This record gives sequence, C-alpha cells and structure tokens, in this order.
Amino acid sequence: MTNTTTASTTLDTAAETRHQGLHLQDVTLELGDGEGTVRALDQVNLEVNAGELVAIIGPSGAGKSSLLAVAGALASPTAGDVRVLGRDLAAVRSDGGQGALARFRREHLGFVFQSGNLIPALTSADQLRLAYRLAHRRGRTRTFDPSPFLESVGMGHRADSRPGQLSGGERQRVGIARALVNAPGVLLVDEPTAALDRQRSQDIVKLLAEQCHEKSIAGVMVTHDHEILPCCDRVLEMVDGQLTPVRE
Amino acid sequence: MFLALRELAFARGRFSLMGVVIALIAVLMVLLSGLSAGLVNDGVSGLKSMPVTSFAFDEGTKADNAFSRSIVDDEQIAAWKEQPDVATASPMGASIMNAETDQGLQVDLTLFGIEPDSFLAPELSAGSALGAPGGIIVSETLRGEGLELGSVITLDQVGTELEVIGFTDGQATFGHVDVAYLPLGTWQLIAAGEAPDGAAPTAEQLAALDFEYASVVAIEAVDGSPLAKGDADALAAGDSAAGTTSMTLEQSFNASPGYQAETLTLSMIQWFLYAIGALVVGAFFTVWTIQRGHELAVLRAMGASARYLLRDGLAQAAILLVTFTALGAAIGVGLGALMPAGMPFSLEAGPIALASTITISLGLVGAAIAVLRVTRIEPISALGGTR
Repeated sequence: MTNTTTASTTLDTAAETRHQGLHLQDVTLELGDGEGTVRALDQVNLEVNAGELVAIIGPSGAGKSSLLAVAGALASPTAGDVRVLGRDLAAVRSDGGQGALARFRREHLGFVFQSGNLIPALTSADQLRLAYRLAHRRGRTRTFDPSPFLESVGMGHRADSRPGQLSGGERQRVGIARALVNAPGVLLVDEPTAALDRQRSQDIVKLLAEQCHEKSIAGVMVTHDHEILPCCDRVLEMVDGQLTPVRE
Repeated sequence: MFLALRELAFARGRFSLMGVVIALIAVLMVLLSGLSAGLVNDGVSGLKSMPVTSFAFDEGTKADNAFSRSIVDDEQIAAWKEQPDVATASPMGASIMNAETDQGLQVDLTLFGIEPDSFLAPELSAGSALGAPGGIIVSETLRGEGLELGSVITLDQVGTELEVIGFTDGQATFGHVDVAYLPLGTWQLIAAGEAPDGAAPTAEQLAALDFEYASVVAIEAVDGSPLAKGDADALAAGDSAAGTTSMTLEQSFNASPGYQAETLTLSMIQWFLYAIGALVVGAFFTVWTIQRGHELAVLRAMGASARYLLRDGLAQAAILLVTFTALGAAIGVGLGALMPAGMPFSLEAGPIALASTITISLGLVGAAIAVLRVTRIEPISALGGTR
C-alpha cells in the first residue's frame, strides 16, 4: 500500500491525473470452472480519467456487467491489473481481504444500479443517510445533511418520500444522489435507463455526465440504450469480452 | 440499528403478525409456568416450608411415594443424631387418610406426625402450637373450606377424633392433599392401630404405647457444611451408619405422590413451546432475509460489511422478541389473576422471568441462524437483474 503511494507521487503530472481515475490493464475474467469456463473479459484495457463519463455498449452477455464487477471491486480478475484512484485492487485485497474491499467500495466507489435499487423502507433522505453512515464512524453521522445532494439531482422536494411513492426517473435520481454522498472518485453505472422513457433517459444521463464533470469523477456507464450515447464523453463497445472504441 | 428500526416501522404489518405469534407463545408460557408452580406448591408445599436439609428413608425404600412407604426405628434416628454436621434430627411420621369434619365435610389429610417441640413444628397463622394428644394443626387452605379452630375431624376407618387447634402460615399440602400436623405419639398410636374409636386419644394411651417407629428421619444440617449442601458422600456416610437411604429436600419432592410425572410433563410442554418459538422466529427471519436478498446485495455492493448487516438483523429480531415477549407475559399475568381459586395456579416472578429469558434467547438463536444468511449474499448479484 505504501509502495503504491510513493510510486504515484514520483510520476509525472499527466500520469498522476490518470491515476485519479480507473485503469484496467490486460484484464481477463474467467467465470465457472473446469470445462464450463467462460471468458467474460478477454485482455481488456480501459482508462477512464477523472471528470469524464464513458459509455460501454454491447449485446447481452458480452461481458459489460463483468467489467463493472471487476472495476467495482466486486469480482477479482483472473489476470491483469485493476487500479482505482491509483490503488491496485489486488493489493487492497491481499492486505485486508473482503473486508478491505468492502471498505474501499464504500469510501471510494459510487454505484448506480438498474432502476435505482433503493431500499423500500427508507425515505429519499434516509437512503442517503444510510449510505453516509456506511462510510463514516458513528457520532459524525448525526450532522450529515442529505438535502444538498438531493437538490443537486432535483429531488429536494421528495426528501420524505419512499421509493414506492416515486416514479422510475425520480428513483434513479435518488439513486444517483446516494452514489455521490461519499464523494467517490469512480462512479459505476449499471443500465440506468432500463425502465425509463426517452426524455427521462436523456435527463438522467445528462445529470450523470454533469456530476462527473463537476465533481471530477471517473464515470463508467454500461447501457443498451443508443439514444443516450451523445450525452457521454466517449463510447466503447464490448463484444465477446473484448473492448473496442466506437467514438473517442 | 438505523435500517432495523425503519424496516420495523415500514413492514409493521408483517412484523406485528410475527409479534402476535411471539406474544401468544409468551402468554401460554406464563400460564404454563403458573400451572407448573401451582402444581409444585400443591404437591410439596408441606415439605418446602420445613427447615429440613435432607430426609433419611429406610434403606432400599422405593423412591416413588417413599414418605408413606418408609419405616424407620429409633436406632436409625439415634444414629443420624450422632452424625457430624447434623444440627438436629427428628423422626417424622407421614400417612395419607380420609376424614370427615363435624360439619359433614369430607376431607383428605396428610398426617405429619412430629415431636411438638422439634424444629419441624410449623409456623402458625392462627391458634396454638401442638401439645395435647388430640390437637392438630391443619393447612391454612382448609380454612377456606369451612374449617375453623375447634372443628373436630374424625378419621375414617379408625374413628379417632382430632380437634383443630391451629392453622399453618400459608399453604401446606403434600401430594395435592392438605397437611395436618399432629404429635408423633398420636401418629404412632394411629399407625399401630391402637387409636380409640369415637374419642380423642389420651396421654395415658400414648404413654402405654410401645411403638418406636416413624416414617422418616428429618435432618437439619449445620449451615454451610457439605451435608447442608446435599453432598452425596456426606449423605452416604450417614446412611451407612444408620442403614437408611437419604435424599436432599429437593430430591425428596420426587418422593411425593405424582410430583415427578406432573413436573416432567409440564416442563416437556414448556420446552416444546420454546422450540416451536425458536423455529417460528427462525422461519420468519429466513423468509424475510430471502425476500430482501437483492436489497442486501445492493447494500453489500455499496460497501456495507456483512457484520453490519448481521448486527442490524439481530437488533431487529431482538427488538421484536423483547417487545412482544414482554407484552405476552403481561397479558399472561393478567389472565393468571382471573384463574378460579380452586385451580392450582401460582404466578412467581422468578420462573416467569426465566421463561421469558429463555423464549427471547432461543428466539434469537433461531433468528441468528436465519440472519447468518446475509454473510452468504454475493454483492456482485446487485448488478444486472431486474427488480
């Protein structure tokens, strides 16, 4: 861990900026075992810089979700390096196991799931409070105010509503606010517009891009929806576990 | 507990349904505990109130109904008196008889024959101590059935007349039969079959009797000695010297008629109830955890540790169990107060607290096994999939 820190301070400025984002090198992920092995990711290279939103498209089963899982410290690659904010995830894992990865996730990563995936029992404000509590020690959680985050996604007026009372787009907005609560360096977005109409989809992706730009977050979004691609900074396509650029 | 409390409030319908089941189990548990304590009192309160540490029965007496079966002689009594650590030892006669009062009321009596000035003399709530050959002290519970000081009781078959001269302080029953204390000499007269028919025994008759037997030796050991603690070796040493078989006071309860069968049945029902409670709570939290599987996976992906979710789930179960067990116990105590007087029912704080604790603890074990499932949830399953 200390090695990584000293190494990154000696690098030049350009490389350092890159290290603020997400960096995948020759990443291979094999799923299953024995003869049933499937190569979900095949020597994937990906660089996402702080402040850009990158879209990844591709057919179902091409390995898009696997890419998010590997980048999000939810799965360990069979081979290759995953660096998030300059930290080697393999090193984090070998230092402290699953617990250290969970801690890394809550402190440095933000997840936006399909249709928001909010907790049904919690109001919008409580969704954010819970996310904040996960990453902070007790005692500091009382003073946390979720309203600026809700306002930044245009949901200030729905702070006391539960997911059941929100529309699909509203849920997704609360989900985005929740992902931003702990000031993540990397935002991982899984099919955010799966359940939304065209106009709402555009709004949501614009909001995501805006947040990534404003807060210098490296954003990766997996999607089926080609209509939203113009809102993203770059587009790549995933086919059979391999990643190729569509628009730089 | 952030999530636990909010979920309790959000899914209050489901949780109260579970809570009502827990509360009903707690009600049943309090009623069973009351019945159990009531039956114990009915069975052995006559023994419980004695300052005895152990009883010595004739060697080889069958444990069941040992009090009325055993016969000890004066040598055995004398041998016990000389044992180390014995503060006092006194002979006691025990037999169960039918009788009829002068008002025509039929009663069953356990006759406890004791030496009037011995440590076995009962505490009185009314009347005077034993002394006259024909005077008896009966359980306070008989007062409710119309007996009073001066009532004359005629023993069936032998026809001997005995006068009530006192009442014990509190219930004194043995094998569900009210106790009547009488002088050991009178008891021996009856046991020897020489009691007068249609009259009270006299001092002359007692003096003329040559019958040096009693049922058991009642022993009070010196405080803190091994014998007082019911040490098996100390009891065995006395037994080999006196030719007896000893039981501690607690063990002797089993020698009271029907005691073991009743308490075993009741405690078996109670343990079944605890097990059912634990299983029901476990089943509920299993379904609840599975239902929230995707939600928990999302939380794990967001970086919640398995321990955090485990603690939260257990806190939820604990709140549910404590609240509804307390509610059920309170209702049970309320119902207990409505029990008819003739029913052997006695609510005691100790057993109710113990039973509540066991219900809560076993319920938590059931919930813990269910909630442990959260540690097996893969955070990766939060990706993809629809909800």
